[in-house]
This record gives sequence, C-alpha cells and structure tokens, in this order.
Amino acid sequence: MTSPHPKFASNDGIIDAATAALGDRLLHVQEHVGEIALFVRREATVEALTILRDQLAYQQLMEIAGVDYPDRPERFEVVYCLLSLTKNHRIRMHVATDEVKPVPSATAVWPVAGWLEREVYDMYGVLFEGNADLRRILTDYGFRGHPQRKDFPLTGYVELRYSEEHKRVVYEPVKLAQDFRSFDFMSPWEGAEYILPGDEKAGEVKK
Amino acid sequence: MASTYDTLTPEAQAGDIEIANYTINFGPQHPAAHGVLRMVMELDGEIVERVDPHVGLLHRGTEKLIEYKTYLQALPYFDRLDYCSPLAMEYSYVLAIEKLLQLEVPRRAQYLRVFFAELTRICNHMLNLGSHVMDVGAMTPNLWLFEVREDCLNFFERASGARMHAAYYRPGGVHQDVPLKLLADIGDWLDTRLPRLFEDAMSLVVDNRIFKQRNVDIGTVSRDDAIAWGFSGPMIRAAGIPWDLRKSQPYDVYAEMDFEVPVGTRGDCYDRFMVRVEEVRQSARIMKQCLAQMPEGPIASLDRKVVPPKRGEMKRSMEALIHHFKLYTEGFHMPTGDVYVATESPKGEFGVYLVADGTNKPYRCKIRPTGFSHLQAMDFMMKGHMLADTTAILSAIDIVFGEVDR
Repeated sequence: MTSPHPKFASNDGIIDAATAALGDRLLHVQEHVGEIALFVRREATVEALTILRDQLAYQQLMEIAGVDYPDRPERFEVVYCLLSLTKNHRIRMHVATDEVKPVPSATAVWPVAGWLEREVYDMYGVLFEGNADLRRILTDYGFRGHPQRKDFPLTGYVELRYSEEHKRVVYEPVKLAQDFRSFDFMSPWEGAEYILPGDEKAGEVKK
Repeated sequence: MASTYDTLTPEAQAGDIEIANYTINFGPQHPAAHGVLRMVMELDGEIVERVDPHVGLLHRGTEKLIEYKTYLQALPYFDRLDYCSPLAMEYSYVLAIEKLLQLEVPRRAQYLRVFFAELTRICNHMLNLGSHVMDVGAMTPNLWLFEVREDCLNFFERASGARMHAAYYRPGGVHQDVPLKLLADIGDWLDTRLPRLFEDAMSLVVDNRIFKQRNVDIGTVSRDDAIAWGFSGPMIRAAGIPWDLRKSQPYDVYAEMDFEVPVGTRGDCYDRFMVRVEEVRQSARIMKQCLAQMPEGPIASLDRKVVPPKRGEMKRSMEALIHHFKLYTEGFHMPTGDVYVATESPKGEFGVYLVADGTNKPYRCKIRPTGFSHLQAMDFMMKGHMLADTTAILSAIDIVFGEVDR
C-alpha cells in the first residue's frame, strides 16, 4: 500500500513518446513520485504546448505556476500543468526565464492561459510575449513590486488605513510593532552546519 | 420651461437618437456577486457586450504566507480559501504532502476523509443551490436549504470542534476520531432530514416555469469551449463531458465507492444547477457506503516522524513527548521534489502544486483555484446576454472569492 494520492494512468511509454514528439525542444525529463516533468527550451514553449495538446492529447491546461529560484542564472521557472481527459494522465512542462526575457504566451493555444499568465506576471514579473492583456490581476491597483519573489518581504512595503484627516484611504510605509520573527529550525539535532554561540569553545576544552 | 424635445433638431424623429454603449460597474459590493467581485460591463442598452472582471479584492497573500510556515501550520490557511467547502481545500494539500512523503494512511482515516469530504460537498451545494435560486428571484428554497447547511456545520463542529474552519485533515490521516454517536446521528440525518428538506426545496424550483425561463439556454458552453477554458467539476460535466476526478483518478477509498456522475446535455445554467442537485444525492449515497464499510483502527499514520502522538500518550512516554515537542515546533522535513495533486472539490478541480526543498517549510505552494478559470470565461459566456442574466451565470459558476483571490 502506498500513499492515497489521486491515481491517474501509468507513465509507461509517456516519456518516450514525449521525447520523440518534442525532439530538440526538450532539454531533459524528470520523473519523481510518479509525476513527469518536461523541461523545455523557452523559445519553443508554444510549439511544445501545441504538440502536447494535438499529438499527445493533453487537452486541458489546468494551471500555470511560477517558482522563484534566486540562485539560478535564469531565476524563474514557469510550470504548465496539463491534463489529458482521454488518456487520464497529467504531465508538467517547465520553462526557465528571468526578469527580462519574455516567455511566448500560450493564449493562442489555450484561451484560459490569459489570466493564468497575468497572475504569474503579477506575482513574479515574468513577461509573456503575445499576451494582449498583461495587466496585474490579484494585487491592488497601482501596486509596485512582485510579491511572490523570494526577495520581497512577507510584510510588503506599504500598508493602508483610512485617514480621518484626509477623508480617504492613505498608503504608508509598513510599521511593525515588533520585528518579524523567523525561527531557525534546521536544528542541531539533525546536525547543524554552523557553530552555535558558545560552542566554539567546545573544541578548545578537549586540548 | 423648455422641454428636452426643444433641443432636438426639427428633423429628428423618435427612434433616431443614437445611443452609445455605456459602461457600468457591477460590484465590488453587490449581494449577487458572491463576495467582492468588480465587473466592468459594457452595455448596449440592456445587452452585455463585454465583461472585464476585476478580481483580487480579497487577496491575502496565502501562498506567500504558506512559504513562511511549517507544513502543519500552513494547513489552516486552506480552510480559509474556499470558506464554503473548507475540508475539500485541505484535502488536496494533505494528499500532496502524503504523495511527496510516500506516506501510508490507515483505512479508517481514508474512510473518514471521504465521508467528511462528501458532507462538505453537500454543505457547499446547499449554499450554492440556495443562492442560485435566490439570485434569480426566489427566497424560500434558500432559507430551507440553510437548515440543511446548519446541520452540516453542526456535524463538523462535533467532529473537529469548529463549524467552518475545521483543520480536521492532517498529513497522515485526520486529527481525531469521531464519536460513534456522531456517525449514528449523521446516518439518521441522511435517511430522514436531508432527503425531506432537500427534496422539498428542490420540488419548488426544478420544474418551476420562472426558474427555467431564467436558466435554460443561459450561458451555454459547448464541450470544446469547456475544455479550452480549463473548466472542471460541475461546469465541465454540465457541458456533457463525464469527467469526475473521484471516478477517473480516485484517491483514498473513492475507488471502492459506488456512485454515478451526473452529466448535462445542453451546457447551460439549468444543467449546472441540476448536476449539483444530483451530486447531493450521490454524495449522500457515498456517505452511507462509508458508514456501512468504515473499519475500526487508527485514524492517522503511526509514523511518528510525521504524525504527532496524542496528548494522553505524550504524558506517559518520553519518546512521545520528544516527538510531540519536535513536531509542533520544528515540524517534519519534506524530501526535495515537486508534485501537482488535484482533487474533486465541490466546485471543480482544486489543485496544489507543492515544491519542497528538504526543509520544514514549503518552498512554493501554488494553489489552483477552481473559480479562477471559470470566472475568466465570464466574458464569453455573458456576450449577448441581458444584464439580468449576469447573476444567474455567476451563481451557476459557484464562485467564492476566498478561493479565487487567495
């Protein structure tokens, strides 16, 4: 017995079929806990999605997720979660990009991509070339910055309140009553990679 | 005093006046908007030409907050996404964690989760069916259905201690076992009160002439459109596609449940309504099977590196005390990897894309709301309809902004 997660059709042969169909558009394939992730060249995004839809029968685009890895040269990853209704299978397609290089928009392949790309743009600042309506979607009108980036603070930069004096809502820099607390639980029980305060003397005593 | 007619040129006849399209705001504070939705609508007379929904007025940064919490601390945020079906939101999240950990879950826990997921579905549909009927002008069924919803919330309270934000599902199982009396009471309720109240309320509307006039052939979506716009749940089923994740990609013990998937024929608002009506009956059927088959046994995984021990055990065992302390402060560490796990929530496919980096906090938790894609299709569903149809179409989507805006 394994975990009770949703079980779709088996992955047998899917990787081979995808590799053959995508050709040199594909960078590499990864399979982990039964999920296939295709890493595709950014320029070939639309072609790859069209091939996946028309040749490999992934009819539905369920989600576009952005992920930020600040350490990588191309820090953002755009993840397309596809679903095949006929094969009863799920697959993911990953594309890497950074703040300035645009990703070709999937709106011509799936109209649903419009808002999903708007959200990734809003949260990460990833640009989508060919999306006719690339406005912010979830954040406030006139919001600055891209909140899901790892270098954006959890508290944000501005807070708003109703000002009795101005008779309107005003924006002000965030004032915290106490510092934001972030506990380090990468605990010494599991083997800390750093020296805890006071522990630096432990070695000296032995001598 | 000069009348307005004096300003017209002498040649002008009645009907010659050019009426330009005009733009109105629907919401953000509109009782039929099901929350805070602002729709900028371009009207030609009373015909809607274009709709631009502005969402995000309820954006709370849930995904960002989750990145700063341990896996267990992040769980209650899911209740607050779709606050009309809280347990269905937790479901995808705990299954995603279990998939990454490859964690086994005891049978009783799986039955309990299916059982309460279906109770959540009934609870959610009571709100949606009632408010749909109210949005097109009838008051009574809504009040009657809220009686059923109240029963559901009382059951949640007896199981978890909270009426809405239950935080009952946990990675590895559920939080606590249910008393036998509660299961007996729900069994009674499924046989007596639910069918009586629900069928009574439905008998008022399903064949009602006015209700049909407001819903039949309104907001029609073809099969191809439903697929292209990323529809799921009752929206795709009403369009005639028999797609239900509980059937096609079964999780927990859904594979052993015997139930039917209702499918619409025309893809209009009336079909969506009727699909949900039938789903309530099927949910009751699944719950009865759960009651009949539910085995005794543990209600959560016994893997003490993930599931904390109960308090009573903690008081007697040193080992349990250590686990309890470590799991409630540090939490468990997740192996590196990413998964996309989606379940059939009452509104459609609710997915969680979870990226773990080996620490005790999610590196990224992308939530796939159901209503987001459906609301995007609002523009093409509304085109050419009357202004008054907005509320019917919006209700038939079953939209909740806690989930759309996150």
